[in-house]
Amino acid sequence: MMSNISIFDIMGPVMIGPSSSHTAGAERLGKAAYSIWGKAFDSVEFYLHGSFAKTYQGHGTDKALVAGILGMSADDYRLKESMQIAESRGIRVKFIEEDMGDVHPNTVRIVLKDNEQALFTLVGSSIGGGNIIITEIDGSALEISGQYPVVIAKYKDIKGMISKITGVIASKEVNIATLKVTRESKGEVATTVIETDNVAPESIIDEIMKIENVFSVRVLNAIS
Amino acid sequence: MYNKAHEVIKMAQEQNCRISDIVIANECKLKECSREDVRSKVAEVLQVMKEAAQSGIDKETTSMSGLIGGNAVKVDQYRRTKKTVCGDTVNRAIARALSASEVNASMGRIAAMPTAGASGIVPAAVITAAESIGADDEAMIDALLTASGIGQLIKKNATISGAEGGCQAECGAGAAMAAAAIVELYGGTVEMAFHAGAIAIKSILGLVCDPVAGLVEVPCAKRNATGVVNAMACADMALAGVKSAIPFDEVVDAMYKIGKSMPAALRETAMGGLATTPTGEAIRCRVMGKK
Repeated sequence: MMSNISIFDIMGPVMIGPSSSHTAGAERLGKAAYSIWGKAFDSVEFYLHGSFAKTYQGHGTDKALVAGILGMSADDYRLKESMQIAESRGIRVKFIEEDMGDVHPNTVRIVLKDNEQALFTLVGSSIGGGNIIITEIDGSALEISGQYPVVIAKYKDIKGMISKITGVIASKEVNIATLKVTRESKGEVATTVIETDNVAPESIIDEIMKIENVFSVRVLNAIS
Repeated sequence: MYNKAHEVIKMAQEQNCRISDIVIANECKLKECSREDVRSKVAEVLQVMKEAAQSGIDKETTSMSGLIGGNAVKVDQYRRTKKTVCGDTVNRAIARALSASEVNASMGRIAAMPTAGASGIVPAAVITAAESIGADDEAMIDALLTASGIGQLIKKNATISGAEGGCQAECGAGAAMAAAAIVELYGGTVEMAFHAGAIAIKSILGLVCDPVAGLVEVPCAKRNATGVVNAMACADMALAGVKSAIPFDEVVDAMYKIGKSMPAALRETAMGGLATTPTGEAIRCRVMGKK
């Protein structure tokens, strides 16, 4: 059974070249980290695997990643000058080649830091045509495409937590598209990844954080 | 919804319409939006394409690695000042395809169609064909809708990724999309459009993806230039009444099977073909060691 696809899966994205997978996809991964973290940081480390590690300079993958963590979009002309823009904002960037083993050839781990302290980690891959998949956030394995808004909650694995969290989401008139729960082990840290149809308001983070035994809440709006 | 060319042909016959009409109707249904919404979004893409196809002619570009750039300027000056072999129209198209490809390689702004690496073919074909007959932006938007419809069929039944199917899947798809778009722009039938698309893919079946140093530069830019010429030649043949002996759907199936049987070394890994020639290797060492 074939599914219907949009003409804009063929036409576009409108992007800064040269490669949808090595440039546009890289920018989206950077932007995902920027959007989910949503706060200040003074340095960022990019660990590059496979084809990303081998060809990042020639494809402008490095500039695209930096443009992404600065919040630029894939068709922003300033992408070419992202390194200088980062410097002018006092953000230090570092690229490290690393063999991550059996992962997609275009994979990056992005670590945002402040005062030498790691604040946020995201692992993701650029899977072609500018599409991405986020596979890890702050050490939790997950699978996010960035095509839908996402709420990611970490909490103690005890009964009733999911219904409390989804209750807050429902109270904001946000419809849940998909929901996936994983846990390290019984009674330890559990992670719920909730894809929603519409954008969740910022206040949702504070309200979910108010629930007892919730450790962290991250929100990612869809990356266009 | 449509999955095969023969379905599109049947729908067009029943509704007495063109490929672009079927494509936009499907898009409106899929996205739950109006025709105007779709057309204005395509108009934005068209604007980006026009700029990319022209800016590399107006001003010499240099790619990130320094490997390519400036050829669009050369071809445009040549066609303005010399008696050309292929004539003015073809040379205008070549210059535009080189321009878009060079703009892409220099980190300029482009619209991937169907990919960034093959993004010179459809713009060069549509802009040049429209220019030849004095067609306006609305006609070009229709042509881009038709091109996208052909691309949808190829993506559904095969692939548009060089890593999966070789260059035939990128520049081959681009040429087929462009050929069908030109046929519709010139008032050809739906059948003619698919014959043109089929002949375009048949003409570069088996073409491998072997980028030197792994970059979207050599031989990609020139394959965009020959890709648009392929598309124009196939459009002319189809408009003259030449038919593809093998139907479009079967040609796409063949393209996919050929792509699947290609060794990984010839699918965008830069481990074979031109990438591993002595000169290709020397360029790789130079480029990668540069920084």
